Amino acid sequence: MTAGQVVRRTGYVAFMAVVLAFFAVPMLWLASAPFDSDPGLGLQWPDWTLHNWQATFDHPYALGSLVNSVVLCVVATAVTTVLATLAAYALSRVRIPGRDALLYLLLLLSSVVTGTAAMVPIFVMMFQLGLINSQYATGLVIAGGMLPAAIFILKDFIDSVPRSYEESARVFGASPTQVLLHVVLPVARPGIATILVWAFVQAWGNFLLPFLLLRDVEAQPAAVLLTTLKDEGGSANLTVIPVFSLLYAVPVVALYLFVSKRYGFRFHGGIKA
Amino acid sequence: MVSAPPAEAAPKPRRDPGNRDTAGLGVGRAVGFLAPGMLLIGIFLIFPALWTIYIGLTNYSLTGTASTSPAFVGLDNFAEALDDGLFGNALWLTLLYVIGSAVLGQNILGFALAWFLRGARPWLRRTVEAFVLLSWILPSVVVAYLWIALLDRDGGTLGALLGSPGTAWLVEYPMASLIVFNTWRGTAFSMMLYGSALAVVPPSQLETARSVGASGWQTVRDVVFPHIRGHVLTNTLLISLWTANDFTSFLLTAGGPNHESETVPVFIYRQAISSGRLGYAAAISFLLLLVNLVVALVYLLLLRKRS
Repeated sequence: MTAGQVVRRTGYVAFMAVVLAFFAVPMLWLASAPFDSDPGLGLQWPDWTLHNWQATFDHPYALGSLVNSVVLCVVATAVTTVLATLAAYALSRVRIPGRDALLYLLLLLSSVVTGTAAMVPIFVMMFQLGLINSQYATGLVIAGGMLPAAIFILKDFIDSVPRSYEESARVFGASPTQVLLHVVLPVARPGIATILVWAFVQAWGNFLLPFLLLRDVEAQPAAVLLTTLKDEGGSANLTVIPVFSLLYAVPVVALYLFVSKRYGFRFHGGIKA
Repeated sequence: MVSAPPAEAAPKPRRDPGNRDTAGLGVGRAVGFLAPGMLLIGIFLIFPALWTIYIGLTNYSLTGTASTSPAFVGLDNFAEALDDGLFGNALWLTLLYVIGSAVLGQNILGFALAWFLRGARPWLRRTVEAFVLLSWILPSVVVAYLWIALLDRDGGTLGALLGSPGTAWLVEYPMASLIVFNTWRGTAFSMMLYGSALAVVPPSQLETARSVGASGWQTVRDVVFPHIRGHVLTNTLLISLWTANDFTSFLLTAGGPNHESETVPVFIYRQAISSGRLGYAAAISFLLLLVNLVVALVYLLLLRKRS
């Protein structure tokens, strides 16, 4: 090796080490603090205990908020997946007048009307309708925000489903609904599963909308409760926060692992899927 | 009822099979399939976006007389925004945030990772990618706690690593901390996008560059960049748009101390909910919507030109 190669090799190793440390160090706290008998904010080798887990399960709102998260996510995910599948199928197979314009509009909407930009009118709308603290309404709002992107991705998937299957089914006298249920859905399953997981993860992690629309602690999902966990002294409750963070984060990571193992980590124009 | 749709009956040869209604759905039923989704999008996206314009022209507020009978004030809210030092401050901080963490941070780090991981050993590549992706997929509330713990004054990991606890990073350098944080948070997207973009650079050209003794930087500038210029542009637009709308910074600093990290999204929230000035906040939201619209239109134009 020449001197230049040694320098380059050293630089490469140093770069990788720094990058790895930069990305990994902030996460280690999530692995150590939940099991530490005296959890602090700093990273330390834990004095192993499961006491924090007991304290978290005993917390009056912790488990309830996880249930709230599930309710919110199931509403948002089910509505998004079902409506997006129907819409994407129609857009993929039938040349509705103005279809291309509609597709462009959907693509624009998915990135222009962000939760941040629309928080004022959405808050005012729900406030005037008396729907503040309604989990179902909040789930619908979240679904509305996810639909354009979901339709767009699913249309891509359904476009790639061969039409010959549908033709054969039609030849044998299947009705359009039967074709959709028994032919298209099974073949488009990877796409639908991707949307299902994507929507669930998005809704699970959404903080702004539930934070705005669910002011009552009984209705709040984990994302919002987590930001309000205080101990008796009013400072951050370090017994519960690490465990609860871990409990709340695990489903997201598990779902990603599941999808990437089963269907490959796919990359759809800017959408985490 | 389901008669042959016009496209099916048309005798002219069709080149795009997408126009053929193989499922026999018919336009009527197709519109029926489309309607529920469009209804939800109409209620929760299009209507709010349009309503923002109207609310922004009133003095609507959360409490007081203006909450029950808001008055039409024309462009007063926009005139006020021009004079509002706090809004100017929010715009400036958002610009810093976007340029620092998206245009420079995520873009450069994302490209560097994609570039240097190409030839890396599989275990190294997988490990680095796993951590970069994890920082992207973890829920924002959890990520916020991770960084609060990292940057805390007394027990923070960063202080311990540097051997000098006592610096309250989020209080003393709030914007710089947020920029580093958001670079950490969002680099995965650029890394993946550039990873797939680099696959289109012909290996023979890289080979030629190496054989004539071009340095790494020269290769990137003269061989790689011309191929991925379009990707750089679209990537920068997307991550800038997301960063400008990012609300996660609220979870780390809530805009403080003393408005020093109050980007436009946090400014809107504080005006609307904390101060109850819904009309004013809606006017600012409308400006944000306009900026988003312009960026998204440019993005679509670029995509169209490429394909």
